[in-house]
Order: sequence, then C-alpha cells, then structure tokens
Amino acid sequence: MPYIDLQNELPGIRGLMAYSPATAKPLNELAEILLRNDENSLSRGERELIATYVSYKNDCFFCQNVHGALAGYYLRLGIAEIDAIKAGERRQLSRKMQALLQIAAAVQQGGKSVTPSNIEAARKAGASDREIHDTVLIAAAFCMYNRYVDGLATWAPQDRQFYVERAPQRAAEGYINTPLK
Amino acid sequence: MPHIDLPPHVPGIRSLAVYRPETGQYLYELVQILLRGESPLSAAERELIASYVSYRNNCQFCYQSHAAAARCLYGDDAAIVDELLAGKMDHLSEKMKALLQIAGKVQILGKEVQPEDIDAARKAGAGDRDIHDTVLIAATFSLFNRYVDGLATLTPTNLDDYKAMGERMSTIGYVLPKQPA
Repeated sequence: MPYIDLQNELPGIRGLMAYSPATAKPLNELAEILLRNDENSLSRGERELIATYVSYKNDCFFCQNVHGALAGYYLRLGIAEIDAIKAGERRQLSRKMQALLQIAAAVQQGGKSVTPSNIEAARKAGASDREIHDTVLIAAAFCMYNRYVDGLATWAPQDRQFYVERAPQRAAEGYINTPLK
Repeated sequence: MPHIDLPPHVPGIRSLAVYRPETGQYLYELVQILLRGESPLSAAERELIASYVSYRNNCQFCYQSHAAAARCLYGDDAAIVDELLAGKMDHLSEKMKALLQIAGKVQILGKEVQPEDIDAARKAGAGDRDIHDTVLIAATFSLFNRYVDGLATLTPTNLDDYKAMGERMSTIGYVLPKQPA
C-alpha cells in the first residue's frame, strides 16, 4: 500500500502522476523527449533498454517491467532475452550499446563514478557527444523515477505478462496525454 | 574538463541546459514547480532538502548553489543551512528532521524508505503532501547530481560565485538559460 493517500488505484508512477498533475507534466515531457522522440540517433529500443537496465540496477520492479516490455517490443526481444541483457549478457548488442550501458551503470552508482575511460570506450565504439549526453541523462532520470515510485511504496501488477501485453499500446500512445486508466 | 563538448565558461546544470535545451526546458520547469510552486513546505525548506541530498551525493555544484539559495531564503536563520551540512539539526523543527531523514533514505534508494520513517514524519506533523514533495525533491536531485557530475561539468571553486547564484535562484527562481552570445 502506498505511503500516502493517492486518491486513486493506478499503479506505479501513474498513481503519483494523477495525485500530482503539476509535476507530472514535465516528468512526462522529459520521458517523451528522452525515450520516444525520433530526433535521436539512438533508437527508441536502445533508449528504453538503458532505462530498463538502470531500473533493474535500482531494483524498481514497476519501471524495469514497463520499460523492459517497451524495449522488448521495439527490439523484438522476449522477457527472457531482456532479462539476460539486464543480468550482463551483451553479445547480441552493438559495441556502442555495450559501452553506453557501462556509462549508464556508472551513473547509477553516482555521477562521479563515470570515468574518462568509460567515455573514451564509448567514443571508440562510435558514440557521439549527443549519444553520451542522452545516455547519462536517461540513466540519471531513471535514478529519479525509480526513487519516486519506490520511495512512496506504490503498487505494481506482479504478472510480468501484463506489461508485455500493454507495451504496443504504450508505444503508440507515448508518454504525454496517456489516458490515466 | 567536461566529458563532452559543452559551452565554455558556463557552470553545472546551466551548461547542460544550453547544450540540450529540448531536455533542459522540462528539467527547469520541474525544479521551478518543485522548489517554488504550491507546497506546504516553504521555499527555504525545499532548498534545504535539495542541498542536503546533493551534499550526500557529493555534488559540489548542486549543494553549494542550493545552500546559497537556502541561506538567502532563510534570512536571519541562515545558520540552519551550515549547521545541517555540518551534520547538526538542532535548530530544525521536528517535522523537518523527519523529512530530512526520509530524503536521506531516498538518496540511497527508493526502497530504503520504511513505514517507520513515514510514521515518524506524520507524528511530527507532516501531511501527505509534505511527504510526497520531500520524496520527489530528493529523487529529482538524485537526477540532477548524476547529470551534473556524470558529464563532469564546470564546477566553480570560488564561494562568491555560489552566493551570486543563490541570490538569483532565491529571487527569480529557475529560468532556462539562454544560449550565451
């Protein structure tokens, strides 16, 4: 049960957003531009994978399943394959994505954990400044979303298939103006 | 030196907002609502939470600038800010002590917040909105600190620079910086 009376039954961050619409607006707009906007050289699937990995590292069940299902939808991977990537299986990923996930893991630990050698490895694998920037900001943003969701003890559907089934609709609707249901 | 090619001579979060205003606009909007919008917590109290979390994350740019803003907003009680950063809470209300305890837990991880932490805050007079805003401020600075340090942005070492920032933050609030000429 959530620590505060959200006055709604919505799961995860959706319950928080219905409770606090003023802050929900920039939180949703940030997610949309970072994860779904197509003016980005990282694909939606790659960006959702970074969000999933950080949420897994932060042990946030709701976020890692919502974003894991979206990553799976975009990248055409099943739950088991997404789980394997979270746990460290990287062979099927590009060298660039491997290096960006290393940076994301460092950001999850703390901003100062990102080292010049992390950055150099990403550049050598072909990552641009903008891609490094967006990786850092996605990882940092999920250190916020994960803490907001778990810090107030929101509830999350436990059936992981639920998230997979909803992913195509969520991908189509995006993060802004998603009906709160 | 920053890890990516950021505008020179622009410190911290401002350099990132100038580099990527598409994301910066929502980050500034979020922090303006959180630290200056409607809340049962005063702007000074909210700046104190922001500075406390940033201090615990060892993000000098964020903790110094928000400490400077908190000093301006606390006015005659500005010593509260330096006492807290030195580990003392003697002159804080019981409610603020309990909320800072929650913020410190959120800084570690969302799941660290326990029902006892929430009970203690309620007994000290905190309502749902106080608790919500505290958790979201602490979560948000878990983002900003990682973003600012994860890209190794310029961090001024002269305390006078922070004093000027604190004055600006306490009077005009958070406005997206313009591209420098």
